[in-house]
Amino acid sequence: MIAELGHFFLVLALGMAVIQALFPMIGAARRDGRMMALGPPAAYGQFIFTVGAFLALTYSYLQSDFSVAVVAHNSHSLKPLIYKISGVWGNHEGSLLLWVMFLALFGAMVAHFGRNLPKSLQARVLSIQALVGIGFFLFMLITSNPFDRLPNVPFDGNGLNPLLQDPGLAFHPPFLYLGYVGLSVAFSFAIAALIEGKVDPAWARWVRPWTLLAWVFLTIGIVLGSWWAYYELGWGGWWAWDPVENASFMPWLVATALLHSAIVVEKRDTLKSWTILLAIIAFSFSLLGTFIVRSGVLTSVHAFATDPERGLFILMFLALVIGGSFLLFALRSDRLQAGGLFAPASRESGLVINNLFLSVAAAVVLYGTLHPLLSDAILGIKSSVGAPFFNLVFGLLMIPLVITMGFGVHLQWKRARLKAVIGKLKMVTLLSLLAALMVLYVTYGGGIMPVVWMGLGVWLLLSMLQELANRIKLFQVPLKNSFERLLRQPRSSWGMSLGHLGFAIGLIGIVATSYWSLEQQKVMPVGDSMTIGEFTLTLDDVVAVAGPNYTAVRGAITVTDKNGNHYMAYPESRTYVASPMTTTEGAVRTTLSGDLFIVIGEMQGSDRWGMRVYYKPMQVWLWIGATVMVLGGFISLSDRRYRIGSPEGKKTAQKNKGKQAHAV
Amino acid sequence: MRFLLTLLFIGLSLNAFAIGVDLKKLPDPVMEARAQHIMKELRCLVCQNQSIIDSDAELAGDLRAIVREQVAMGKNHEQIIEFMTSRYGDWILLKPPFKASNALLWLGPLFLLLIGGFLVFRTIRQSANSAKADPLSAEEEKRLKQIIEDRG
Amino acid sequence: MQFKRFLPLFIFAGLFVVFIIGLTLNPREVPSAMINKPVPEFSLPPLKGDGVGLSSADLKDSENIIIINFFASWCGPCRVEHPSLEILGKMDGVKLFGIAYKDLPRNSISFLKSLGNPYAKVGTDLKGRTAIDWGVTGTPETFFIKNGIIRYQHIGPIYESQITEKIAPIIKELKEESGS
Repeated sequence: MIAELGHFFLVLALGMAVIQALFPMIGAARRDGRMMALGPPAAYGQFIFTVGAFLALTYSYLQSDFSVAVVAHNSHSLKPLIYKISGVWGNHEGSLLLWVMFLALFGAMVAHFGRNLPKSLQARVLSIQALVGIGFFLFMLITSNPFDRLPNVPFDGNGLNPLLQDPGLAFHPPFLYLGYVGLSVAFSFAIAALIEGKVDPAWARWVRPWTLLAWVFLTIGIVLGSWWAYYELGWGGWWAWDPVENASFMPWLVATALLHSAIVVEKRDTLKSWTILLAIIAFSFSLLGTFIVRSGVLTSVHAFATDPERGLFILMFLALVIGGSFLLFALRSDRLQAGGLFAPASRESGLVINNLFLSVAAAVVLYGTLHPLLSDAILGIKSSVGAPFFNLVFGLLMIPLVITMGFGVHLQWKRARLKAVIGKLKMVTLLSLLAALMVLYVTYGGGIMPVVWMGLGVWLLLSMLQELANRIKLFQVPLKNSFERLLRQPRSSWGMSLGHLGFAIGLIGIVATSYWSLEQQKVMPVGDSMTIGEFTLTLDDVVAVAGPNYTAVRGAITVTDKNGNHYMAYPESRTYVASPMTTTEGAVRTTLSGDLFIVIGEMQGSDRWGMRVYYKPMQVWLWIGATVMVLGGFISLSDRRYRIGSPEGKKTAQKNKGKQAHAV
Repeated sequence: MRFLLTLLFIGLSLNAFAIGVDLKKLPDPVMEARAQHIMKELRCLVCQNQSIIDSDAELAGDLRAIVREQVAMGKNHEQIIEFMTSRYGDWILLKPPFKASNALLWLGPLFLLLIGGFLVFRTIRQSANSAKADPLSAEEEKRLKQIIEDRG
Repeated sequence: MQFKRFLPLFIFAGLFVVFIIGLTLNPREVPSAMINKPVPEFSLPPLKGDGVGLSSADLKDSENIIIINFFASWCGPCRVEHPSLEILGKMDGVKLFGIAYKDLPRNSISFLKSLGNPYAKVGTDLKGRTAIDWGVTGTPETFFIKNGIIRYQHIGPIYESQITEKIAPIIKELKEESGS
């Protein structure tokens, strides 16, 4: 009964989406206020009904109603509550439902927070939002109905893939989807602007917080996924350049470019076509990601059960949305006139160059991901493109990006003096050269790239700190005044500083853990020891333990460092009841200088266990850096001037302009 | 308890996801490092997008053993890659070789950077040119000089 | 109206076409690098006793089409394809050899006892090294050889329906080739 109700809600939500798509668009064209006014209530309705459908599915999971096909295929009565809930989106149908629920949520948010927008703009944005929604509702109802019943009700469910039973993964998809779907708002704004033929700083001011919101969620989603891979998969990897990872990384790269180019539109009224194009591409990548994950055109460890029919449906939908948008762009973008002018050495130029490298990076990831498909489809040659390729090419592209970043933040708008900036960074450059030399000395013989990268990372970090120091006139005025200035910094500039600082911190972590990780393996009986780096591990005992829906072997290991300090580590290897599959629960000891990651594996012979141990230097810096970036995003979002849908902010913003830096 | 343990290990040994540990490594750390470097570039053929070093599949284990043997025999990087591709094709390489069918993959980024760089250069120059005021004519130049001298 | 404004549309159109083609391809289908190469040199012990069970010399038979099937008693799909092998083994002008992949000889023997032995000769590849020389990624895999050259590789089980649809025509083609 509940499932049928959910199905019914979905149909109602589709009806609401149709209303929301049609009337506001026609109303905006005819300047008919009453038709446009239908948009917001329809958006609320669509959201409420989709939530209803989602709750109905959640209920079926909580009740372990195995007459519902997806529940039977993906859940199990013994599963802990949290994974019953996360199981709702741990499969194709349910995750689609989550997708459309977020889409409807963003529609409702535009309806609510966009009350101050010009009526016709809001109407068009809502309409485009709903058009995208219609496609997804149809996709669900036609090819992937989550409420399908099974003719024969099984006694118990198949269980959720044990690898997915992890808090990191339970919350990774929702954030990722919030990010993907959040980009639909920037997309809708871009299409609406193309229809209206007008892009101005006010438009950029409306779009930017939405983009930032989506970017923050996307960042959280990607990092949670990476964090999950690191802790759960047990080989100490956090990024594998898997097609599905790439599918989430591409929109992130483009959204990052968009955030920066929207600043130029907002401050200087130029770079408009490009910004519109980025907004379209960012969301197109979100849709493309959906296609890649669900169609089976590319192999991936993440792919949902793939189905060509579904693939074809999404592909047609993609063609309609992306093709249509690009066509509109081709026909209408010449109406957007460039405004403000700038000199070759200026903040604007810096941002343009930043956009160049970010876009090329996104294109490289796109092409690398699709190359096996293209090569197979066109030349009939099967090929693989994996981590070694991406690390090399993407890494090379990041070098100029980092340099642009480090200089860019010191450049003034319109016209900057490059020489002055270089002079300002003399100390920073000197210090980072010193750091690089130190790295060279310590790791002598270990290759030149880690030295270059570490030097760059330190340089970027110091450059960002110096920018902050200059802004609060540190050591130029009494410390007390500096501190007051620090507190008075607008939240948007905090956002920029934290965003960039977080990036630099994360970069340093990435360099260290990528180049200097250690790995040791040993098969050992109880009582035996092994060493890795400066640690000695002794296997004291191995016991069997039982969890709610799994049984496990747990090792007890004494870890001693070179100073004689020791602690106990308890890595586990779990076997799940519902599916004959094991997952590793590594024991990880995290410090700022590095993670010691211990994994226990199979029993070899009668009394010996395989152990894998990793030392991941500065791994936690990556997570800290990402957290700081996200924090910066949230702080910037809370800035009064940039709150979503706050056009009154414009006046204050003008007043505050002066020397103050902008957000992000 | 013992029964439970036994049960568990039967379960474990059937399992493809359990972590594997290579018993035999090369005694010389330099050679082992060389072998591992090669392993990172070889795809685990029965997995998806994993290198053989990250995979616990049996075939990956066999291929690791072969790489180690050949490194120990003194074969170089190219020879070992050739051994692998002659059996499994370029598909086994996670870093595709530089050849015609992969030209777009390797040269594409450079090409994009050039085109993008050109577009950026043009945009910036256009903007900079229009930003500059028209140069002074000779007449104006003279007058300006005059004014400055008068003041001085 | 400038051309460059249409560029995103054109690029997307190109991608779209590739995706359409991509949907019809199977990315899990492993390509073969062994086609049109001579059979690798090998010599494997038999299931029982000492000596040579199967070696590359056995494959240099110019009279017959040689089929090499990699199998194992622990492999489920191998059981599925076993009836097909029985049919192939009885075909005229065809010789079917088996290579037991990473399988204990006694297990292979009982496997063949219970299901029937379609193979003219069997070699045991305990370590799976010969399989790697053949570019095998798993069992079952089947190779079709003529004059010592590998001509076709079938990955995964051969279903009975595939014999008439796919395998028989290939064998026929290879045979007729020799006539001409």
